[in-house]
Amino acid sequence: MSVVLGFVAPSRPQLLLAAERNDGWQRLHDSFADARQQLADSGAELLLIYSTQWHSIIGHQMQADSNPRWSKVDDDFHDLGTINYDLKIDTDFADSYCEAAQKRGLAARTVNYHGFPVDTGSLVVAQLLNPDNRIPIGIVSCNVYADRGETLVLGKAARDAIEASGKKVAVAASTSLSNRMYTKAIDPQNDKIYSQKDDEWNRKLLELLEEGRLEDVSQLARQFATEAHGEQRMKAMWWLAAVMGETNNYNGKLFGYEAVYGTGQALLSLCPQHSSSQLFEYDEDSSETYQGDRDILSK
Amino acid sequence: MSKGEIVSGCIAPHPPHLVYAANPPQNEPRSSGAGAWQALHDGYQKLQKSLDSKDFDVLIVHTPHWKTRVGHHLLGVPQFSGLSVDPIFPNLFRFNFDLEVDVELAEKICSAAQQRGLEMHMMRNPDFRVDYGTITSCHLAHPQWDKQIVCISSGSTHSDYSNESGELEMLALGEATREAVEKSGKRAVLLASTSLSHRHFTSEPADPEDPEHEYIYNSNQSAWDEHVLGLIRDGKCQQILDEMPDFIEQSISECKEGALTWLLGALGVPDYPAKVYGYGTVIGTGNAVVEWRGPKQ
Ligand SMILES: [Fe+2]
Repeated sequence: MSVVLGFVAPSRPQLLLAAERNDGWQRLHDSFADARQQLADSGAELLLIYSTQWHSIIGHQMQADSNPRWSKVDDDFHDLGTINYDLKIDTDFADSYCEAAQKRGLAARTVNYHGFPVDTGSLVVAQLLNPDNRIPIGIVSCNVYADRGETLVLGKAARDAIEASGKKVAVAASTSLSNRMYTKAIDPQNDKIYSQKDDEWNRKLLELLEEGRLEDVSQLARQFATEAHGEQRMKAMWWLAAVMGETNNYNGKLFGYEAVYGTGQALLSLCPQHSSSQLFEYDEDSSETYQGDRDILSK
Repeated sequence: MSKGEIVSGCIAPHPPHLVYAANPPQNEPRSSGAGAWQALHDGYQKLQKSLDSKDFDVLIVHTPHWKTRVGHHLLGVPQFSGLSVDPIFPNLFRFNFDLEVDVELAEKICSAAQQRGLEMHMMRNPDFRVDYGTITSCHLAHPQWDKQIVCISSGSTHSDYSNESGELEMLALGEATREAVEKSGKRAVLLASTSLSHRHFTSEPADPEDPEHEYIYNSNQSAWDEHVLGLIRDGKCQQILDEMPDFIEQSISECKEGALTWLLGALGVPDYPAKVYGYGTVIGTGNAVVEWRGPKQ
């Protein structure tokens, strides 16, 4: 089997801890109900999350503790309270994803440590899209140095592991869109997208995604990141496009788009469809393997 | 009450590798002892000795690994304990910590910085997990854990606006820190928890401590590190500040998180030489253990 459903998902703790303080936060929080239904209807047996807030340096890390349990307090929004978590991880999948990544030349490792701090973005997605651990999940980190080529390879490795698993898998990219945030405390009632320009870029991106044009969005990620302060260079879109097959053939469905502390946060799904043959172009190469960054001059 | 003072200002880098290599009882993983980071270990030994000879009440640490975007935050809970697992190097750092915070001094720094126009917040959630940068720098500089600490987050003005505006904020935060220390009557040691050049290798050898795999990422990085260390040795701190935006951009320096500029601001931008106790690389990044004896008189 392969990927049955993909999500672009928000990442901010307000959605878990304080949705009632702003109408938009509440709407986005509530919009997860429809997304949960779509996830259930898809028959997915595993939800794989790529989180832009789980930063790694040594290659790519896959969560492999079968039951991460701890509490998380956000670095900025500690006054909102504590996120307690108790997750169910598919550890076999973590192992096979790690092996698939290594086969494609990536530095990758599983992490299985009591007390490992799961990041806020992963928790927002895990708890709102998959409450009560309805299905097991996987989480993969975001290497801060990885650019497009390496991130595509990471996405393709996920696809290898998904195909080998024989399972129906849903994937989610936890990321902000525009990531310009208020840098002074605001009254939640006054929250809005930081600038009109950020808002316009977010809407353009969502328009393309609603048309199912994920590969076009992947090709536009650099420009979007530059123009709208995209989170982590919008590399979540590269990973999502690669794991879902690098096409524009999806049905896009937007559940919600709101400002959280000035940033753009959206919940949207992409369902693979096979009938479309939309034209699109590849502006950049799509690497199959990665060769690392040591001794590059001798390679 | 007599006037407080900064008795020492240090660059105290926080690679968890250095704690790992020292095998303290608080850290779960055990290292091989292969010695990749010996120069930094030796540098920290010298710093520890120097601090042991000083009379002080509190360690004030500015840490890049408590990253905040809504201004600068300070720990505001008197005591924290628990297990700190480094999210980036969990194989090396799983440290059982137990520390006390000087909340009163933290509040004084907070209000002195607010008076200078900075966005400041106290962190009051007792469930908060103290970041590993704070724990690492405090442990390496003074492993006895017998002093209270003050912990300041790194705001994101350099990233969210510009290096230049970030630098101005960090100087102001440093000045606010000095003013608060002086008013408190306390004797403080300041720790700027930061690397110099900061490009990591993204793969790790089977034994992370294998010296064969430990060297600077490239010669651009070492050229910058040598240059900045030269300025530190010559007491040319104003020149460091003048060149800081270039240093940050060209060597991906962790000084972008503001710790060194905060320290120099608190010390009144020293014009006298500091002691460089050690320099070495950790997974390709440049790190130095440095001490200034106190503010410019
Ligand atoms: Fe660091």
